[in-house]
Order: sequence, then C-alpha cells, then structure tokens
Amino acid sequence: MIVYILCFILFLVGLFGVLTSRNIIKIIIGLTFLEISINLFLVLIGYVEGGQIPILVKGSENLHFVDPLPQALVLTSIVIGLSTNAMLLAVAIRIYKKFKTFDIRKIRSLKG
Amino acid sequence: MYKLIPLPVILPLVAAFLIAIVGKRFKRLAKILSVLVFLSTAVLSYWYMVAGNQETMLYKIGGWEPINDIPIGVYMLLDPFSGFMLCIINTIALLSTVYSVNYITKFTGVNYFYTLLSIMVAGLNGVVLAGDLFNLYVFLEITVISSYALVAFGTDKEELEASLKYQVLGGIATSLILFSIGMIYWYTKTLNMMDITRVLHASGDVKLIQFCQLMLIAGFGLKAAIMPFHGWLPDAHSSAPSPISAMLSGVVIKAAGLYVIFRLFFNMFELNFEISVLITAIGTLSMVVGVFLAIGQWDLKRLLAYHSISQMGYVIIGVGMGMIILSRQGSLAAASLAITGGLFHLVNHAVFKGLLFLNAGAIEYRLGTRDLKKMGGLAEKMPLTAATSLGASMAISGIPPFNGFFSKLIIIIAAIQARFYILAALAVLVSIITLASFMKFQRYAFFNGKISASRVNISEVPPFMAFSMTIMALLCLALSLLLIPDLREHVLQPAVDILTGRNAYFINLLNK
Amino acid sequence: MKGMSIIVKKVSQLIAGIIFLYGIYIVLHGHLTPGGGFAGGAILAGAFILIVLAFGTDIIHLKHDEERASLFEGLGLLAFILLAILGFIIGIKVFFNNYLPKGQLGELVSAGLIPLYNIAVGIEVCAALFTIFLALVIYKEEISK
Repeated sequence: MIVYILCFILFLVGLFGVLTSRNIIKIIIGLTFLEISINLFLVLIGYVEGGQIPILVKGSENLHFVDPLPQALVLTSIVIGLSTNAMLLAVAIRIYKKFKTFDIRKIRSLKG
Repeated sequence: MYKLIPLPVILPLVAAFLIAIVGKRFKRLAKILSVLVFLSTAVLSYWYMVAGNQETMLYKIGGWEPINDIPIGVYMLLDPFSGFMLCIINTIALLSTVYSVNYITKFTGVNYFYTLLSIMVAGLNGVVLAGDLFNLYVFLEITVISSYALVAFGTDKEELEASLKYQVLGGIATSLILFSIGMIYWYTKTLNMMDITRVLHASGDVKLIQFCQLMLIAGFGLKAAIMPFHGWLPDAHSSAPSPISAMLSGVVIKAAGLYVIFRLFFNMFELNFEISVLITAIGTLSMVVGVFLAIGQWDLKRLLAYHSISQMGYVIIGVGMGMIILSRQGSLAAASLAITGGLFHLVNHAVFKGLLFLNAGAIEYRLGTRDLKKMGGLAEKMPLTAATSLGASMAISGIPPFNGFFSKLIIIIAAIQARFYILAALAVLVSIITLASFMKFQRYAFFNGKISASRVNISEVPPFMAFSMTIMALLCLALSLLLIPDLREHVLQPAVDILTGRNAYFINLLNK
Repeated sequence: MKGMSIIVKKVSQLIAGIIFLYGIYIVLHGHLTPGGGFAGGAILAGAFILIVLAFGTDIIHLKHDEERASLFEGLGLLAFILLAILGFIIGIKVFFNNYLPKGQLGELVSAGLIPLYNIAVGIEVCAALFTIFLALVIYKEEISK
C-alpha cells in the first residue's frame, strides 16, 4: 500500500509544480513528474506477489508472471510522454527567442 | 465494409508519411494527396451511412479471436454512432483541406502543415473507431499532439503562447485520463470497453469507479473545453491557421471530448443520476457563461471561439437531459428526443462554426486583421464571404430556414417535455444573446459604412476557398432536411438508439 | 556548435561503435528478450547524439543531418505501415495479421513478422530522437547567433 501512496504523492508533487511555478521549464518538469508517477502506477498495478518477468524462455516451467499488459501500456505512454516533452521544449525555446524570458507572468500577449 | 474498417486510420497516416518523405520533390503532391485521401475516407463513411442497415461491427486487429469469451486482441468498433462522427470528421477535414490549398500559401512549410493535418485526422478517426480504452487514449494523444503543433504553426508570439497554454492544460488532462484508465484496469483487469462493461455490470456500484468517472469528466472536459476547463480554447482556436480553427472548433473538441464522454458514460458505465446532473450542470454553465464572454470580444476569431464553448453547452444539455431522464427510468421517447436534439446540434455546429472560421480566415487573408473595429463595408467587395457568413450567422443564432434553428428547437421542446423549464428558458435567452453578438459581427465586418481608401482594391477570395465556403453554406441549409422523419430515421436515429441502449448494448455486443 | 576536448573525442569514437552494435542487438532480439524497437532505437540514437556532441559541427551540417534523419523517420514509419498493410492483403486479410510461420520459441528467426516490425520501429525511433535532438540544437544555435 505504501508504494501506491508514494506514487500518489509523486503525482501531487507534479501537479503542484505545474500549477504554482512561474518558469516554463519548471512547468515542463512538473508535467514530466505527472507522467512518471502515472507510469509508475501502471507498472505497480500489474505486480503479482512473487511473480516473475513475463518472458517465455525455452524450457521454462514457471508460468507465474507479473501482468505484462501494464508494461506494454507504460512503454506506449513513455513514447507519448517523449513526444509531448519534445513538443513542449521546442515551443519553450521558440518562446524564449521571442520574449527573451521564461517567466509566464511576462508572457502575456493574449488576453480577454 | 467489414474489411475496410481500419482504412480511415491507415489512409491519412500513409498520406502523412508519404508527404513527409517525397513532399519536397513534388511540390503539388501534399495538396493533391491529402485532398484525395480525405475524399476517400469521407466517401467510405458516407457509404457506411447509406448502404446496408448500419450494422454494428467489431474488427479484431491481427485476427485475434476471443478465448473463452474473453477478448484478448485490440478491437475496433464501428457502429452508427461512430459512423455518424466519422462523417462529420471527414467532411469538415475535406472542406478545410480544399480551403487551405489557397490559404496556406501565406505560410512557409506547407508540407509540414499537410503532414500534421493528416495525422490529426487519422487520430480523430481512430478515437471514434477505438474499441478499447488504451487505444482511445493513444489516438487522442496523436490528435492533440499534432494539434499542439498546428496551433503554433504561425510561430509568432501569440501562437506560441496559445500553444504552450494548450499543451500544459492538455498534459494535465492526459495525466488524469491515463490515471483513471489505470484505475479502471486495476479494478476490472481488462481494457476492452465491452468487457469492462460486463465486469462493472456484474459488480454493481463501486466508489472507485465513481472516482474514475469524475476524473474522466475532468480529463475529457479539458479536451472538450467545457466551462470550468475552458481556459485554453479561445487562445488556441483563435491563434491557429483558419482551416485548423475550423477543424479544432468543428471537430476536435467534439470527437476527442464530447464523443468520448457520451460513449463512456452511456455505454460503458452504469448510468448514474448524480453524474448526469453534473454533466448537464456544466453544460448549462458553459452555455450561459460562454455567450456572455463572447459578446464583449472584438477579435473576430476569439468571438467565434467563445461561441464554440456556448454552443457545446447546447449539445451537452441536450444529451445530458436524455441522460437524466434515462437514469430516472423516465420515458424512452423523451430521452430519445433530447439526445436527438443534442446530436443534431453537434453536426450542425460542426458545419456552421467551421464555415464561420473559414469566413474569418477569408477576411484575414484579404485584410490581414482580425479586429472587428478595423473592418467594415466588406459586403460590396467580398460578396460571397458576406453571403455565406450571413447564412452561418443566422444558423448559429437560430433563424428558421437554417439548421441551427431546428436543433435548438428540438432541444427546447425536449426540455419543456421533460419539465426542465429553466433550461428551456436559458436556451432561448442564450440564443437571443448569440443573435445579438452575431449582428454585431455582421454590422462591423460587412455593412458598417465605407471602405477605407487603402482597401479599395480588395477582391473576393481565391476559388478553392470560395468553393469550400459555398459547400458549407449549402450544407447549413441542407442539414435542416435531417428533420424530415425518413432522413432522421436513417441518419440520427440509429446513433440515438445506441446511446439510449445504455450499457446493455455493449454487453450484448460481446455475447453476439 | 563547438566540439569537445581530444580525450572526449577519442573516447566517444571508441564507444560509439559499441553502443551502436548494442542497439542493433537490442532491436534484433526484441521478440526474445526485454527491449525491442523503441529501446533499441533510443540506444542507436544515443550513439549518433554522442558523436555530434563530442565532435560538434556547424549549423549547415546540422540542418543537412536533420533533413536526412527526418527522411529516415518517414521511411521507418512507412515501412511499418506497409508491413501492417501486407497483413491486410495476404492470408486471412486482417490488418496487422502475422502471416509468416511462427518458428521455434527462442530462435532468432521466429515469431513471424514481429522482428521486422521491431526493425522498422528501431529505425523510426532512432531517426526521430536524432531529429528532435538536432532540431533543438539548431534552435539553440540560431538564438545564440
């Protein structure tokens, strides 16, 4: 149980980072925390007490595996997280080029 | 048809990668290929709607048959509701692409535009065809990541800021959605929507699942920009290139937000009174607040974007009232009428809001400004734009011969029948304020006085832009024909029947 | 972008080949051991990134590299989709159908089409990561100018 709580705390840390930081890079780090905590959660829910890695090896008799599906999901969600991060960083660099700052309080050309 | 189900996803993807590889060699390839591909996907979806009796089909990718009645492969689901959404997506995509043939010449990087647009359409088609939660999530991400890039396509200050806002809020939404998908998997040990329904139906009411439902409403609500989560929409939709604004407002917030909410809450979860009241309440909130935020805007595209929030509210209250009636075991006919109104307004909004954004793009293309105060007298110089946007404005504010009137009328009649008198009154009020704000648009853009001397030689937009605006304006009129019982029975009613079929529909689907 | 010192250059010259080989190993054994297209592709991209970081090039070369890398990205994706569409044409005519013989468990040539998918994904991921890296470096170079 304690691991789930730690995982949830990681989620809250990420959310706190996204909602309170003023620096774009820190916001991106917060989003990464969110992603990581959810990936961790997905891996945790697939854990089976005493289970082994879910790989069939020649001659193996032990079929007591952990659930392989969440691991496949995590791989996919890592890929998605990677592309989101790349996109965010590219936009952040462009914003720095235009506004000469990373502070979101000073980046305010849109209002209303 | 069965074998062709994955094609709406595959064809745009192939087009996207082909354009990325050989687009530089053959200059025209990007435009021709994407128009052809969207034309073929549109024809496929019409074919599904017209031919046969719109049967429900489950496509098993890779040919993985279920073992002991437990589905193990990835399923795609094509039923009348997804077919209905496919028609909307591909029609608007086709018309926006035709429009962008001329429009995009003012940008650099044309190939990237068409690549991203094709990927976005592939993702949208995937969202409405997905039969399991995780694939839905993946396709959703494909859609939104390409739309992040498309919003920032102008790479100017405003576009970048809007895209950043969209990405941060979209990232939070993504995390909420994935978190609740993980929770649902934890509880049910399956990701297939039909199988989840079966497990949930057997286990009854669970607190964990209610928590997941709230998270899903927050997550998909962020993607659909309903009221408490609307912050990104006016920025993103007004900063994107106009064909993309038409796609975002016309299709993306519906297919990636509302479609999923309706599908999950009607068919996958047990209908629940509190949740349906919550959904209707946020629908009402966004309908009312959106229009009040819209009326003070002077930026044309921003005004349209706020109206998107408000019009989405109509769709949500229509379907939400149906949800409330069904969850109270009320009469099926009343629920069916309310949902018909909601879905009818959904397709109408896709058409007229798409057209309005294309008009805004046409004005911006010729004038280089989106500020209403700097326009005026365009009716003489751009007669086609003026005429089509007059039609669309009348449609959105509910003037009789146009489609918007009929869908709003159905929603209001359904509200009165089900004794939601306050909702009916609010819907009428919001419609009147919408009319006021579009009269402002018409007056300041097209009629207000003379053209300034610097703009005397403005002319009508190029042919491709004019073509898709005309088609959309005709659709605005033609869609009112959906009110005729024969057509409604064939187009809207099957989709409504799926929603009113509740979760029994999904359970029966797997047993077939 | 400037290169680094001679020590870094020599060491990365020595190591990059080994990293590259290891990436290929991970890609090819994707159906037998942990890893596969994405992990192996990321390792392959690491080898390229190491070389670019250690030696450094001017912006013109970077742009040229980026073009080629994104070309390979598109090719990898297209290969993946074509493999999937082949399943649509051959055999029981289902998208993503694995129509090749499955072979023996534990052999390198087994599991039908899955190793081919892994190779396509490996090329794609390697090229994509390298493109992202190059794009960010090019932005940075353009800002600092």
